[in-house]
Parts: sequence; structure tokens; C-alpha cells
Amino acid sequence: MVANVVEHYSAPDTLDDALETLAGGNVTIFCGGTDLSPQIEAGTRQYGATLMNIRRINGLAGIESKKGTLRIGALTTVTEMKRAPLLNEQARVIVEAADQFASDQIRNAASLGGNLCNASPAGDMIIPLLLLDAAVELACWRDGTLQTRLVPLDEFFTAPGTTVKRADELLTAAVFERPAETFVARFRKSGPRPALEIATVSVGIAGRLENRRFTDVRVAMGAVAPTPLRARRAEAALEGKLLDIDNIQAAVRCAGEDATPIDDVRASVWYRDHLVGVFTEEILNDVLENGN
Amino acid sequence: MSLKTEISFTLNGRPITVEVPVTMKTLYLLRDVLDLKGTKYGCGEGECGACTIQLDGKTVNSCLMYAVDCDGREVVTIEGLKSATELHPMQQAFVDHGAVQCGFCTPGMIVQAVSLAQNNPELSVEEARRGLEGNICRCTGYAKVLDAVVAAAGPAD
Repeated sequence: MVANVVEHYSAPDTLDDALETLAGGNVTIFCGGTDLSPQIEAGTRQYGATLMNIRRINGLAGIESKKGTLRIGALTTVTEMKRAPLLNEQARVIVEAADQFASDQIRNAASLGGNLCNASPAGDMIIPLLLLDAAVELACWRDGTLQTRLVPLDEFFTAPGTTVKRADELLTAAVFERPAETFVARFRKSGPRPALEIATVSVGIAGRLENRRFTDVRVAMGAVAPTPLRARRAEAALEGKLLDIDNIQAAVRCAGEDATPIDDVRASVWYRDHLVGVFTEEILNDVLENGN
Repeated sequence: MSLKTEISFTLNGRPITVEVPVTMKTLYLLRDVLDLKGTKYGCGEGECGACTIQLDGKTVNSCLMYAVDCDGREVVTIEGLKSATELHPMQQAFVDHGAVQCGFCTPGMIVQAVSLAQNNPELSVEEARRGLEGNICRCTGYAKVLDAVVAAAGPAD
């Protein structure tokens, strides 16, 4: 049941308390509020009976590297990702995407968990994490204990605004393996102005580059389908290939096949298809010329 | 009746305790409950920056922020920048450079610019321009704003 009137407010300090509240059902979660506020105002979302502020949960913010795995807590803000020396050293594509995210004011409030759970086809932080083959950690309270599961990010999104996360689950972190030394990754996003722009199209490409040969290739796209996606045809066209003009052109053609954009207020199908090709070519040329 | 809860926080250096509806945004708490009208309602959806405030030293759009989230934190608004007798140097720079046309975006611009200056004592024009990208002036008076911000926050001559 969806209620218009909030009956309970909760701002838990611990994950256990938050999960117990979620287990009670009909909870609207917020952290920075940067997506929830305008959605409520626009009438596209309604409050549940309980409004829960997760900003105060201990241990859910911050970035750490342990045994070759990087972990970004769900409450980490976009500003914190943008300024994190650890990410700058080991997963710079996240810093690049964070730098192009909205405005300073929104970066200071918006959290990683919110950007992922909002499940916008154009979500800026999703593309770099797809390139890093990240998984999201989902926690819930069941049978008197805390239970967690890991879901690969490219299986997380099901449609605009929806994910496989159950109502009793909280996204607690994104995790990924520390990329190899030879890992390269690039992110491009387009919009009429650089700031405060919902991507018209975003494209990211990553892989290991050794002697101009590209392996473990990952291509991710935003705003060209109901969910952000891994462009498997473009990946197959590049996998194991020498990065040269012919192979780049082949990848550009395949990238167009992976994208299934729509016409909307921000751009036409034709323009989005065009941008996918342009970005794919630009990124691969950049990788060819400048490497890591 | 909407549900209310009591919060306590520091507002412009002074502790305050107030009861707020749990779905109220900070902008309305400031303007309608606490009568601090310096923070402006521009777009109401985080696009224009007229409602910019400082929260624990970082700027946010108060129109998007739930007022309950002020609990335990430190909030500074445009009213909190000046001392009893003098304008904040950034406010004075806006006056000196005529960086105001209609003035509606000015409080948000100044709060954001103060934050930029605090984080970067040698602010370049380009850094100022990027730092102010979330603040829109509908009079399009950006040139003098940038002059003012760099004069107050940029490298010394």
C-alpha cells in the first residue's frame, strides 16, 4: 500500500536498525534527497508510510582497498569520489565521471547508493562502475540475522527506475577488483551544457592495453536503452584485436547496433545513434594515441 | 496533518532547536519557519543554485535537502556571513564590482563563492567559472560576478 502521508520518521545510526525498519515494509529511503525531492514534487513518486534517512548509518560511507578489492560505501558522496586519492590512483574513470556530475552543490549531497538505486538510464556513476565490472552489495534482515548478497551491476537494473533490489534490502556498497596496471578506461558524456546536465548519451570503454592489443574489453552506455548497458557486440568486435583504424571502425558500427535509444525531450533517436558512434570512435582514438 | 519531529542544529553559529514536518525542505524551514529570507527560492529542483547554503562546510541546494537532515549539523546561510559591523569580503567584492543586477541569484552565488574560496585560496577564473556552474543568473551577468569572485578569492596581486 502506498501512503501519501508519512506516519513514521527514522534516522538510524546502525545498519541493523535500518534493515529492521525496512523489514517492516512501505519505507521511502533518502540520503541526499537530490533525486527524491524533485520526484515527489513532480508527482512521479509518493512517500511510503515510513520515511527513513540513511545518512547517519555508521560505516556505510568511504572508500577502501583490501586484498585487491575496492569498496565504495553507499553513502559516499559524489564529491568524496571526485576527490578520493585512492580512486584517482586505481580507478580514475570514476573520478572523471564524478567530475562531470551535476553541480558542486548536488555532488556534495548526492550519494553513490542513491545514484545507483535511482536507476536512471542516464545515471552518471553507473557507466564507470560497469566498466570496472562492479557488483553491488545488498543487505537485508532475515530470520534474525543480517544477510547480504552481491549482484553484478549489469544485472542490477531492470527498467527505468527499477532494480532487482527487494523492498527489504538496502544497497550498502559497490565493489570491484582493483584494475590491472595495463587497464585503460575512458568516459564521455554529452549534453547542451557541461554542468547540471542529464546525459543525452554517455559512453565508456575500458580494457587492458598491451602492445596496442585490447583485451578484457568492456563497453558501457547510458541513455540509449531502458537501462544502462554493456554493449556486448562492440566488446566482441574489439576483444583481442589490435587497436587500429579498421578495428575501431568495426567497433563503431557494432556500438550502433547495441544502442536502442528513444526520441525524447533531450534528443532524437538519430542524434543519439550518431553520438554513440562519435563517442566510441573518439574514445578508441584517444586510447590508441594516448594509452593509459 | 503531517508528521513532525524535533531537530537541533547550529544555524549561523548559534544552536537552535525546532520542530519540523518530516517532509519539509530546508529552504522552507529557513524562509517560512525561521524567517531568514536571504536564501532564495528559484527553481525548486536543484538547477539554479539560488537556495545555496553551507552544510558542514560544503554547499548544497537547500530546496532539495530535507530539513530533518539538518539535525546535529552546522548550517550557514547568507545571513551568517557578515560580522556585526562589516560585510564578508566576498559580499564587499560583489558590491565593489557591481556584480549584481536583479540580485535574486546573488545570495546563492556568494555562499557558493565563499565555499570555493575556502577550498582554494588561489582561485583562477576558470576554477571560479566551474565552481559556479550550479548557480544560474537569469540576467546573464556572469562577467562581473567572476571579476568579484576572483578579486576576493584569487591570488594576491
